This record gives sequence, C-alpha cells and structure tokens, in this order.
Amino acid sequence: MFRLTAGRHSDTFGKQVFTEMPSRIAGSGLVRALTFPHGPERFLELVAPRFALDEVRAEVMLVERPSPGSVTLHLRTNRNWPGFRAGQFVNVTVEIDGRRHTRCYSPACSEHCDGRELELTVRAHPHGLVSSHLNARARAGMVLGLSRPAGEFVLPDPRPDHLLLISGGSGITPVLAILRTLADEEHPGRITFIHYTQHRREHPYRELLERLSRDHPRVGVHVIGTREGVAPGGAHLTRRQLSTLDADYLRAEAYVCGPPALIAAARAIWEQAGAEQRLHRESFLPVTAPVSDEGGRICFTRSGIEVASSGLSLLEQAERAGLSPTYGCRMGICHTCTTRKLAGRVRDLRGGELSGEEPQDVQLCVSVPAGDVELEL
Amino acid sequence: MDDPRATLTAEQLDALGEELDALRKRLMDDLGEADVAYIRNLIKAQRALEISGRGLLFASFFPPAWVAGTAALSLSKILDNMEIGHNVMHGQYDWTGDPTLASSRFEWDTVCPADQWRHSHNYIHHTYTNILGKDRDIGYGVLRMSEQEPWRPRWLANPLYALALATFFQYGVALHDLEVENLGKREAQRPRRELLAGIWKKVRSQTLKDYVLFPLLAGPQAPLVLAGNATANLTRNLWAFAIIFCGHFPEGTVEFDELETAEETRGEWYLRQMLGSANLTGGPVFHILSGNLSHQIEHHLFPDIPARRYAEIAKEVKAICERYGLPYNAGPLHRQLGSVFRKIVRLALPGSGPASPASSRDGDGAQGEVATEPTPALAAG
Repeated sequence: MFRLTAGRHSDTFGKQVFTEMPSRIAGSGLVRALTFPHGPERFLELVAPRFALDEVRAEVMLVERPSPGSVTLHLRTNRNWPGFRAGQFVNVTVEIDGRRHTRCYSPACSEHCDGRELELTVRAHPHGLVSSHLNARARAGMVLGLSRPAGEFVLPDPRPDHLLLISGGSGITPVLAILRTLADEEHPGRITFIHYTQHRREHPYRELLERLSRDHPRVGVHVIGTREGVAPGGAHLTRRQLSTLDADYLRAEAYVCGPPALIAAARAIWEQAGAEQRLHRESFLPVTAPVSDEGGRICFTRSGIEVASSGLSLLEQAERAGLSPTYGCRMGICHTCTTRKLAGRVRDLRGGELSGEEPQDVQLCVSVPAGDVELEL
Repeated sequence: MDDPRATLTAEQLDALGEELDALRKRLMDDLGEADVAYIRNLIKAQRALEISGRGLLFASFFPPAWVAGTAALSLSKILDNMEIGHNVMHGQYDWTGDPTLASSRFEWDTVCPADQWRHSHNYIHHTYTNILGKDRDIGYGVLRMSEQEPWRPRWLANPLYALALATFFQYGVALHDLEVENLGKREAQRPRRELLAGIWKKVRSQTLKDYVLFPLLAGPQAPLVLAGNATANLTRNLWAFAIIFCGHFPEGTVEFDELETAEETRGEWYLRQMLGSANLTGGPVFHILSGNLSHQIEHHLFPDIPARRYAEIAKEVKAICERYGLPYNAGPLHRQLGSVFRKIVRLALPGSGPASPASSRDGDGAQGEVATEPTPALAAG
C-alpha cells in the first residue's frame, strides 16, 4: 500500500536518466572548468530538478490524504540521501510564494525501505505555514529540499527484546518508523505500541496499524482516543493505564514522542520508578521563542561569544562584542554585512517586519534581535 | 534653472524620504512567486542560450552557425552579467532564501570576482553615488568625467581612454576595486595583494574556459571558436559600457561633493540618487537586456528590489519628481549615449568652465529641464 515503484511514473523517466547519470562525470574538473562559474549543477537542474552534486533533494511521487487534516507524501530522493535510522528527523525545505521555509519532520517509514524512498506525514496546524501549505498544495512532481537525517531518538544495536513505544498526535511518525522497522526485522521480542489521538477514526495510520497488529501477533497495538474516554484506564498516560496494557512496562526500553504534556507525564512515571534511563523521549513541537524585542541573548556561534541584547542593530552589537563583521553602507542597501542567522527572530528596522525562526540570511545593519538569536559570526 | 538640490525645504525632504520609504515597503510586501519565477525563467533562458551558443560554435565551419552561435553566446553573457548577475548580487532575491539566488554566493560570467564587485559597486558606488572623490564610477579612475577633475594634457586622450575602457570593459570593472589611479598612494585601503590574487584566479578560469578549453574541444575549428568567444566577450563589453555610462553621465545628472553630503538625511540620500541618475527609454526587451539599468533612477532608489518591478513604479517615481519640482532625466539610448560622448570629448579639452547649458528632456517630453552648471557648493569644494 505504501510502496511505490518509480517506473509507474512514465513522465519522470527522462528525469531519471539525468538523475542516475554518474555524478562523477558532472563533478569532474573538466566539466567544472567548462561550466565555470556556475558549475554543472546549475545547468543539469534545469532538466532534472532533483539533480544535485551534494544537496539532498526529493521529488514527491505520490500524495495521499489518509485522514482530514493530514497528508502523506511518498518521496524519492536523489543519490545524495544517505538513508536514515528509524526515529531520526530531517529538515524539509519548501518554497511558498517564492520564499523558502524549512521545517523538521520525521519519516514514518521503515529504515529498511528502498534506500531512496521516504514517507512523510504532515498534519496541518492551524497557524503552521508549511504544514498548511503541504496539506493544501502538495502534488506529485513537487521537489523538496532535504537535510541529512539527524537525531538520537533511535533503536540501539542489538535491538532490546522488550519494547514499549508511545506516541501522541503527530508524534506518531518517528515511533511508527521504529515500529515498522522492527516489523520488517521480524523482531522476536514483545512490542507494545500505544498511540494517543483525539479521535481514533481520524488518525492517518489507522489502516496500517490494523494490518500490523494482524500480521504481527507479538505486537500489541493500542490506539486511545483522548476525546472519547472509553479506553481502559482513562484517556491519558497513567501508571494504571500502562500496567493494564503492558504489565512489565518498566522493564521495557521505552520510546515516547508527542506533545510536551505527554512527555512530562511519561517522565514523571519513569523517574518515580527510578527507571528514567530506560525512557527515550523526543518532543515534536518546536520550542517557539516568545516574540518580543525586549531582552533576549545574541549568540555568535563562530566566535563562541554570547551577549545580552541591547536593542541596537545586530551589526553594532557584534562590533561592541569585539567582533568585526564585514560591512558597507550601514543602511541596508549594499548587502555586504549579510550573515546567516541560525535561530531566533529578527525585526527589520526599516519596515518593522518580523522574520521567521528558521535559518536564513539577514542584513546585520538593519536587523535588531526579537528574542534570542543565534548568528553564524 | 535653480539648482534642484536647493529647491526643497527640510520638511519637504523628510516628506520625500517618507514617501519613498513607503513605496519601498509596499513593493517589498508584494514580492512573491512571480518574482522568483521571472528570474528563474531568465536564468533558464540564459543557460539555454549559453548551451546553444557554444554548441553552434562547434559547427563554425558553416558560417551562419558561427554567427548564430556568437550571437547566442553574446546574449547569454549580457543576460548573465546584467539582468541576472548584477541584480542577484544586489540582494534583490535574498528574501527568497534560495541559495542559488543569494547575493553572497552568486558568481558571474566575467573576469571581475563577485565579492570585489559587491564592494566596489553595491557599497561604494551605491552608497556614495555621484560624490566626487568617493564614487569611483565617475570615470572609473581612467577617464575625466567631471569638470571638477583638473585638466591635464593626458586628458587629451580622453576619447581614446573611453574606447579602450569600452573594449576591455570587463577588465576595467575587475580592476575597479584595486584603485589603479591610487597606485603608490596611501589612500588605497584594501590589501592589494589579496585583491589581485582574487582577480588573477577569476581571470585564469574565464580565460581557460573561453580561450583554451572550448577552442581545443572544437579541434580544427579552434580558431573560429576562439574568435566567436572573443566576439561574445567584446559585444558584452561594449553593451555593458554603453548602458552603464548612460546611467550617471548624460548631461543633466548632478554631481555632489563630500562636504555637502557628509550628514545626509534619508530624504537627502534619496534626492542624491534621483538627481545623480538618468534613465533610458525603450521597450520591454531593451529593459531586460540592459539589466533594467535603463531604470537607473528607480534602481538607485531601491537597489535591492527585484529589477522587474522598476518599470511598474517608474510612473509613480516620475510623478513624485514632478510634485517636488525635481528633474526626471530620461531619454532613448542614442540620445543619452550621444550626450555622454559629447561630454567625454568636451572634457578632453582644457577649460573646466561650465558647459553650455544643455536641456535634457525625458521621453515623453514632459518635465525635465536640468542644471549642469557646477554649483557654488561644488566650486568651493
């Protein structure tokens, strides 16, 4: 159901040829010299949008809308994708109205899926620009930018025998990747999977989970509707509920991913039992910095200097911190002081616009920090 | 006519600044998919022209192929340098977050290294536009382009210098940041060795590509490919020179001195950009080929707004000029270029007195009488 062969898309065959073309030739010294200064990529990407020598890019092959407010994207990456370990996340870059936006998602597929296929499920958040966009506009043929995978929320080798997997809401994706990986490995031990969702009928992986529990008798699947209140032991994570679903839960290696309240509840239970070393957790909600021009700290990552923001422009604050960034006009026209902002928001002194939180280039001379900011300086 | 610099009160200047800031904000808020699609399509067109141009040149034994190939490669270089390179490096597409359109990472098909260009052009020229002694675009360090530059016998060759600069314009641009005229003087501020190393590296790569590798790949047709590549570079040089010299040197554009611009308000800065620049009139294709530098006035007001937007705001900028009684210097290429050439010839001769007051009218024949006399402030400076 979730697998897809690229061959089914005959219109992308031409692109495949270019994508498969050995990068060695394109990256050779002669080709680089002939295509100077732009480089071979800038020519090849015109015909093969997924082609890149180093960058990871993926093409959307199939779009499914398994439940209202969720979209599942089946991607095929280019050759630069190194593969991932179940539970890891990847930064996905999408272009919306001409601007690039980067968000973090965890693939929901098994780490044993075809090395270049990837499955992402994105739930639309009411104020989420990227998630809403993908839900409304994702279509086959769309090209996304990907980072290399990262994250420590992964299974150890060898696999623990007894596993407890817990997820809440859209935190299901990394946990599901772990579950599907174990299922592919025909894991001999016991696995208990508990998923909290508002309404059981509406969560995007209902069919898949039903199939998994049918095909793998050692996997116990429990989906709890937090707005339904019919589950044994209540609608939320408690000791009582856990012992009902898996009496030995404290002996299992536990993996939990979900909203902060779920993580906090799990942490309290495992800490009280003195078993916190068996609890592996990942919060899927981004830590949103409060939008405020007051206070905040500026971290200059290259020089390792951190200062409290004085409210002046980033350029002046960097200079007062003893740094000497290159600059020109100091009035926002020449872009000489443009520097990578790694995290946090800045306000443009000219129009008062507030930037997004993702990494992006900013003009130091006309930007003031709005809360904590990290600069590559 | 009164000196346009002196006609506005401080309040009017502040109002002018606010009006233009508001126009800038309105444009910035409106940027989106269409702007990115435009520049990407243009890049595609340029890459297609480059590939077909170089491809056709491999069939150079067939003369029409040589002509078509050379024409395509010339167009490719013009688009790459002007509407793409110049504008992308201004940061016009930095808001997209696309690394291939980032001003700090873009490199262009000419011998001038992008980072040096961003310093000499984006910073020096655009910040200190038309300020004598600061804006090194006035004469490029090799021409006498201002009455304020004292005449010496060597300026008799001014037209020859102009011809040489036009022919080798990409090298003139590349050496721009070195401040050749200051060799041996202390004023040169940036470490020369570093700049030279950068230029040398870029010249080497450009030469290798156009004059060694592509001719060699063409085997027996090597001389024809080499000639085609050289012609394309020359065509781009002449075209870029013509467009750029029409930006600030036609009669009617105003020069400033360091004293009067030492403490400028936002409004005064905008005013200097408008008075120091001149537009070229023409059709949409002409505007694209000129890199929209035909909208030099709008470009100097908002150098980091995508150039395709300049045509859209030109009417509004002109209306603002009319309302404040300011000249809006615009004319067709042949007239502006003729005016520049007359200036080059006139300044070759001694006598730094004021030129005969030339009236420069814009394309529609509306407003636009402008002063060319040096002002008392300039004469004192």
